[in-house]
Amino acid sequence: MRTSTGQIGTIKKVLRHIGRYKWLVLASLILSAATVLLTLAVPILVGRAIDGIIGAGQVRFDVVWPLLWRIGVCVALTALGTWVMNVVNNRVTFDVVRDLREEALSRIHRLPLSYIDAHPHGETVSRVIADADQFADGLLMGFTQLFSGALTIVFTLAFMLTQNALITLVVVCVTPLSLFVARFIATRTYAMFRAQSETRGEQTAFINEMIGNLKVVQAYGREAAETARFDGINERLRECSLRATFFSSLTNPCTRFVNAVVYALVALAGALAALAPGSAMTVGMLTAFLSYANQYTKPFNEISGVVTELQNAVACAARLFELIEAPVETPDAPDAAPLADVRGAVAFDHVYFSYVKDRRLIEDFNLSVEPGCRVAIVGPTGCGKTTLINLLMRFYDADAGAISVEGRDVRDIPRRSLREAYGMVLQETWLKNATIRENIAMGRPDAPEEEIIAAAKASHAHGFIRRLPNGYDTVVGEDGGQLSQGQKQLLCIARVMLCLPPILILDEATSSIDTRTELKIQSAFAKLMAGRTSFIVAHRLSTIREADVILVMREGRIVEQGDHDSLLQKGGFYAELYNSQWCSE
Amino acid sequence: MLKYLKKYRVQCVCAPLFKMFEALLDLFVPLVVASIIDRGIAAGSAGHVWRMSGLLVALGLAGLAAAVTAQYFAAKAATGFAADARHALFEKLTSLAFSDVDRLGTSAMITRMTSDVNQAQTGVNMALRLLLRSPFVVLGAMIMAFTIDVRCALIFALVIAALSAVVAVIMAANIPMMQGVQRQLEAVLGATRESLAGARVIRAFRREDAEYQAFRAKNRELAARQLRAGRVSALLNPVTYVLINLAVILLVRRGAIRVDSGALTTGQVVALYNYMSQILVELLKFAALIITINKGWASWKRVEDVLALTPSMTALDEMGGAPSEGAPAVAFEHVTLTYPGAGSPALEDIDFAASRGQTVGIIGGTGSGKSSLARLIPRFYDATSGAVRVNGVDVRDWPKDALRAKIGVVPQKASLFKGTIRDNLRWGDPDAADADLIEAAAIAQASDVLAAKGGLDSEIAQNGGNLSGGQRQRLTIARALARRPEILILDDSASALDMATDARLRGAIAGLSYRPTVFIISQRAASIMRADLILVLDDGRVVGKGTHAELLKTCPIYKEIYDSQFGGEAPLPDAAATGNHPVRAIDSSANRLCGDPEKDNGEVSA
Repeated sequence: MRTSTGQIGTIKKVLRHIGRYKWLVLASLILSAATVLLTLAVPILVGRAIDGIIGAGQVRFDVVWPLLWRIGVCVALTALGTWVMNVVNNRVTFDVVRDLREEALSRIHRLPLSYIDAHPHGETVSRVIADADQFADGLLMGFTQLFSGALTIVFTLAFMLTQNALITLVVVCVTPLSLFVARFIATRTYAMFRAQSETRGEQTAFINEMIGNLKVVQAYGREAAETARFDGINERLRECSLRATFFSSLTNPCTRFVNAVVYALVALAGALAALAPGSAMTVGMLTAFLSYANQYTKPFNEISGVVTELQNAVACAARLFELIEAPVETPDAPDAAPLADVRGAVAFDHVYFSYVKDRRLIEDFNLSVEPGCRVAIVGPTGCGKTTLINLLMRFYDADAGAISVEGRDVRDIPRRSLREAYGMVLQETWLKNATIRENIAMGRPDAPEEEIIAAAKASHAHGFIRRLPNGYDTVVGEDGGQLSQGQKQLLCIARVMLCLPPILILDEATSSIDTRTELKIQSAFAKLMAGRTSFIVAHRLSTIREADVILVMREGRIVEQGDHDSLLQKGGFYAELYNSQWCSE
Repeated sequence: MLKYLKKYRVQCVCAPLFKMFEALLDLFVPLVVASIIDRGIAAGSAGHVWRMSGLLVALGLAGLAAAVTAQYFAAKAATGFAADARHALFEKLTSLAFSDVDRLGTSAMITRMTSDVNQAQTGVNMALRLLLRSPFVVLGAMIMAFTIDVRCALIFALVIAALSAVVAVIMAANIPMMQGVQRQLEAVLGATRESLAGARVIRAFRREDAEYQAFRAKNRELAARQLRAGRVSALLNPVTYVLINLAVILLVRRGAIRVDSGALTTGQVVALYNYMSQILVELLKFAALIITINKGWASWKRVEDVLALTPSMTALDEMGGAPSEGAPAVAFEHVTLTYPGAGSPALEDIDFAASRGQTVGIIGGTGSGKSSLARLIPRFYDATSGAVRVNGVDVRDWPKDALRAKIGVVPQKASLFKGTIRDNLRWGDPDAADADLIEAAAIAQASDVLAAKGGLDSEIAQNGGNLSGGQRQRLTIARALARRPEILILDDSASALDMATDARLRGAIAGLSYRPTVFIISQRAASIMRADLILVLDDGRVVGKGTHAELLKTCPIYKEIYDSQFGGEAPLPDAAATGNHPVRAIDSSANRLCGDPEKDNGEVSA
């Protein structure tokens, strides 16, 4: 449960975002004031016109006709003003939400990888999409109704005061009750809305996981079982949602009841005053008062309705702000100079690292790689090879010790410059939902056509690309769409081929490519690797054998280090791995 | 939509009824006030004033009770409706054929289930609460107007007709725009997912700004569409206002003339004017309501689109044929597969049979159709022509669950789910005992994963995020083995395993007591060369069929693959186990790699 200070903090942030559109907001407020005044004027004009209709043969057409014209003009102006105001409000709302989404996305690109790895993607998506949407709805309602409602109250109050101060006082004293009731309900529903929003996030995460892996779900005949689990969350959401929807919808009837009481009190006070001997109160005045009391309390209803919407909006905004304000990666040092003339020297100096504080992973790791060196990292699966890549690319920072490139601590190099020095092909291929061409040219978006095709040819992707319906302009679709794992991997290799960075990281780079194609790629890689430092995580010993240094990893540590022959002779873990390749069948 | 509301018909009827009751109570208020004026003030009775004021409060209380009941029913129906719709969607999505899933796309499915259903829920809630109330009040006021003066009331009828027409036109223009907004929202969602899923690659290629700009463009287009749609729906309110007030002007004008001629009294004109004001208030509410309902409806349409999908593949509920003992476990009879929308077939004229307990190795280049072949056995896709038979029965004649329960599939992409390792392994068999799971893990060479993570109870993060690729892969194999499948399909599922683990895995599977028919799809000749039957695929066709020794003699492509991995003078599989040859084999392959890459390249493509 959140305290109201949390709410106020969120509201302040929202206001800061709206601040950018202060001129539009001002225009909206002026238009709102104008339309409220015009709207209130129409009944008065009509009343005067009716006053001109005295009785049969006594109608003063000379008074009534011009009044009707004036009403017409007022109405036309009100309508125009309302429309423009609505458009302005839409603009402010949608622009604020657009800005928030942009901030969220720009933040996502600067979040540490640890955040992205630790938070279910579906939940983050729900913040950017669903929460932002709900926030927009609430904000729009707030905009269109809050201010005009308040103005209506002020203006009506002024009209009433000119009529009878005593009854006005009765009205003024009782109506805060309606605000009190609204507030009472609102503070309670805020927690319910937050619970609803959290359950919704949980469900979105579940949907994201299951729908993203629908094929596995079906392969295991888990449709019914997963639907049952889904129903569990769904049921909780239904309950949360029912509670939030119902309790928030109580505001309106409750305030309406308070208004009914106000109405009754005005009728009572007015009638008793009229009964009192020598009173100036007339039936006509009472009628006027009653209609004013209605006029005055109506916006209270609207406002309380808006308040519940705003509650929901604030709860959603709070979740969105949590994302926008999540701590970013430690920024690059201001004096960090980009790398120049990278030759490919990389060193690890007493590096310690772990993902979870109490589960030690990489400890006291030392390695010095000369330019042009080929480093092969081998070991049983799950021994921490991928972790090394996380550190090299600075996806994660070392807990202690230093990693350096060209003798410079990587923390003193701007990330962009550091990453530019690397070319990476990960085991988990990821392609953008864009054309093949855009995917290959990811590292160099301005690369000319010939070079893109040359890179595709070098990675032997050109053949299958040409056979696709639209060749290089084929859109690959979400998550790589219809491409096979191997085809995706070829594209990832082409991506690196185009950049020719001085240091290469190849993680299981060819695991899904048939060996014939792989041979072709390797020949291309051989060209690419010539004179370049490379880190190769691969399981094929034939690839690894070529390496200058082989790092044998086990449980996060480097247990052996050396070249193929010396390691084999040593008869240690590497030799065991190597020999078991065939013998264990 | 009615189908999903039917379950809540009591609530759906009661909510508007109670709302209307509340509105009716509102209509009494002017009568009570009139009584205060006529019989209280005029007759000088303070007691009557007190009583009537009390009645006003009582009416308010009754109204409150009615409204609270209505709100509860509406909320109950709307949230129940949304939950049922989400359930139906989820069920529908899990029942779709793979080709349908490919076509729909993940983002689209997610927005339908979240944002669209939410909008529909709000729409239903508001509709139940207000949709009937406003027309009820409008109609009531109109009837009252007719009882006062028919000729003036005709203005009412005219204005209400005109309003209906205007509302209809604006709605018709607005719904497609709203749908456009939701479509664009889907694009924004897709871009957001991509930024998260591709975080590593985006950063490695320093594309943060470009990705952000691409998102920004989509996001701006969304805001622009929202604005355009908003501009149209913002017309509703002012147009309603203008029409109603036009009617007021006409009413006063006609009223003035009729009063002057003595056909009406001033009081009656005031009453008519009051009813018109009442109509205005209700209609303004109604206009706002229409916008909400419009949005809800547009969203519901999109939900319905999915619900209305018929899976492009249907399965029988009961066996369409009798499995025969002597039939091969799996047989392909001249099978051709063309994916929907694809130009050329992925598989062409595949014909082979695998007896029970046999191991079938499938090898071939990237895109040669290996995975497509495997996908036909559990009937993930239907063959375009020809037939796939399991135990002698066409897979199309098997009930889906019965067929898939026999088969353990380990897909290329190793996906695990949030939950404990036990939960994940039990996907294979919901009733499996812990001992069975531990045994399956041992066969899958995943015992050390269990040890490292802390046993069956350790938690797996969403999508297996806290495991390495190799750990995930071995757990997915254990998951398939947990069901003791009759047919085990390993679709290149050892790619993240080192050679030693891969070999131990194959050894363990070969030693399984229940002797499953095993399909191994691999890029590595070493993984399949001991299979009873090897299929060599090239460009969707079988170009070699037989044992390792036969294929080396008869299939040039197989020999080429084998040589690329083992070098020219390769040992026979039986000899491989002696442990001496492999070193030689690796050496020669390595020598080739050390050689001139140009020459190497030339050789292969020759």
